[in-house]
Amino acid sequence: MMKKYIDTGKKDTRSGFGAGLTELGKTNENVVALCADLTGSLKMDDFKKNHPERFFQVGIAEANMIGMAAGMTIGGKIPFTGTFANFSTGRVYDQIRQSVAYSGKNVKICASHAGLTLGEDGATHQILEDIGLMKMLPGMTVINTCDYNQTKAATLAIAEHEGPVYLRFGRPKVANFTPEDQQFEIGKALQLTEGNDVTIVATGHLVWEAIQAAEQLEEKGISAEVINIHTIKPLDDKAILKSVEKTACIVTAEEHNFLGGLGESVARVLAENKPTPQEFVATKDTFGESGTPDQLMDKYGLNASAIVKASEKVIKRK
Amino acid sequence: MPNTTQLEDFVTQVRRDILRQVHKVNSGHPGGSLGCAEFFTALYQEIMDYSKDFDMDGKNEDLFFLSNGHISPVFYSVLARSGFFPVEELRTFRHIDSRLQGHPTTHEGLPGIRVASGSLGQGMSVALGAAQTKKLNGDKHLVYSLHGDGELQEGQNWEAIMYAAAHKVDNIISTVDLNGQQIDGSTNDVLALGNVKDKFLAFGWEVLEIEKGNNLTEVIKGLNEAKTKTGKGKPVCILLKTEMGNGVDFMMHTHAWHGKAPSDEQLEIGLKQNPETLGDY
Repeated sequence: MMKKYIDTGKKDTRSGFGAGLTELGKTNENVVALCADLTGSLKMDDFKKNHPERFFQVGIAEANMIGMAAGMTIGGKIPFTGTFANFSTGRVYDQIRQSVAYSGKNVKICASHAGLTLGEDGATHQILEDIGLMKMLPGMTVINTCDYNQTKAATLAIAEHEGPVYLRFGRPKVANFTPEDQQFEIGKALQLTEGNDVTIVATGHLVWEAIQAAEQLEEKGISAEVINIHTIKPLDDKAILKSVEKTACIVTAEEHNFLGGLGESVARVLAENKPTPQEFVATKDTFGESGTPDQLMDKYGLNASAIVKASEKVIKRK
Repeated sequence: MPNTTQLEDFVTQVRRDILRQVHKVNSGHPGGSLGCAEFFTALYQEIMDYSKDFDMDGKNEDLFFLSNGHISPVFYSVLARSGFFPVEELRTFRHIDSRLQGHPTTHEGLPGIRVASGSLGQGMSVALGAAQTKKLNGDKHLVYSLHGDGELQEGQNWEAIMYAAAHKVDNIISTVDLNGQQIDGSTNDVLALGNVKDKFLAFGWEVLEIEKGNNLTEVIKGLNEAKTKTGKGKPVCILLKTEMGNGVDFMMHTHAWHGKAPSDEQLEIGLKQNPETLGDY
């Protein structure tokens, strides 16, 4: 029997970020927060209320926000910037590239409403390219958390990490199933279930879907090893290679374009070390559209049933 | 504190360094660099309070950010001759394995540089962030920044300019090098800036003008006056009117030397017009 995971009550990952930031406000006086007119959406209200002197409202001016964050590190502050994933990355790519990444600044770019689950606002706001943009920047750490508890833990952990970080989370309320008191280790994959037939490596909202998929596969007599890969860069190569050594096939699952996402990072590791059949549960070079999160995840094939299908397909390719 | 003659000698040597750096590697930006030789000399030899033992955090010292990073030759020369790194290292400008990259960067650990710049329009935001941190740290020192005039065409500047006034960031002195030139021609021809003074005033800044931006005494006077305007609830802007290529006659009154190196003969002429003072590297 595979290990069971229990949803302790649906919560949004962005609230996990907000809770982490609130805690950092109390425990780390060097933490400062900048926001581009989305304080409520990013759940930064508590930090703003408790530490008005350390909260910087920049208005709808993301480029200035990123540049300011870079400058604020000079003198020892640890800036957390908050806006939607789209405006945290694509809109300000060159600012991040030059003023943050190339300059080696200790800025934490915290991005909510990533991916299709942003929902009804549609494709203008649903970025599916941000992981790719951020992982290509030398020195950038890229994290995509799966639930409330993990997002809170990651928020605390990145404050302790010296260097630029992209922390990606989302809007909808989703299953909260990882431990409340977890220690978040950047770059360390978490094996959630043990299995022999297929490895499922998932990130962000797709981790819970991967667990559901593994349960469905178990009913069909297929044993799946689910790995929660919250850190896309640096990638836990060893965990991936160790698992495929046993299963000999892999499914990657992410709320992101298959070009430039987690799947491609995994494919590189496998191609260099142990060529392995792989299926990609991801959007396929497309923009999103308006709809409810569930409708969109279903239409674009980013849920448990899509992972089940991909698993069955990849097992046949062994 | 150095006297005026010593400072003038410093400027002359900086001009030589600019020409020699750019000539040796046959690339770089001499025009804007020469135009700002007096400004940099004033800043690092007279105005700013800083430690030569470079520390990235720069607590309890004045900070400077160069936004228009392409005028790196003047920045490097003044940093080296102010004691941040060996003057001989100017030989490596734009060469492989050098700390003196084409545009300034922290990446190779060159003392004196606190952020990469070159992709234009980002420096004021960075300077503002550093100024906000100084306030949080109770650090009374100032943050200086320099921007090209053509660079003001980048929209991010106006985000920063709006922010600085709205948030009363009054510990920053941002200087705009008004030389009226950019790569493709005069700023008026490329994309007219309109009245830059009125624009800064409309955004809520204190604005000072230095009409003779290549007159060392005037530059020092203007910077000192700007210092008296800080701490009063408004960010401070200096409009510094300079001549691109100043001090080398054939490089003046044209945008042609924005990003072009002199030939051997042209170098000789330029150096003759600026005789060695502090000693070549």
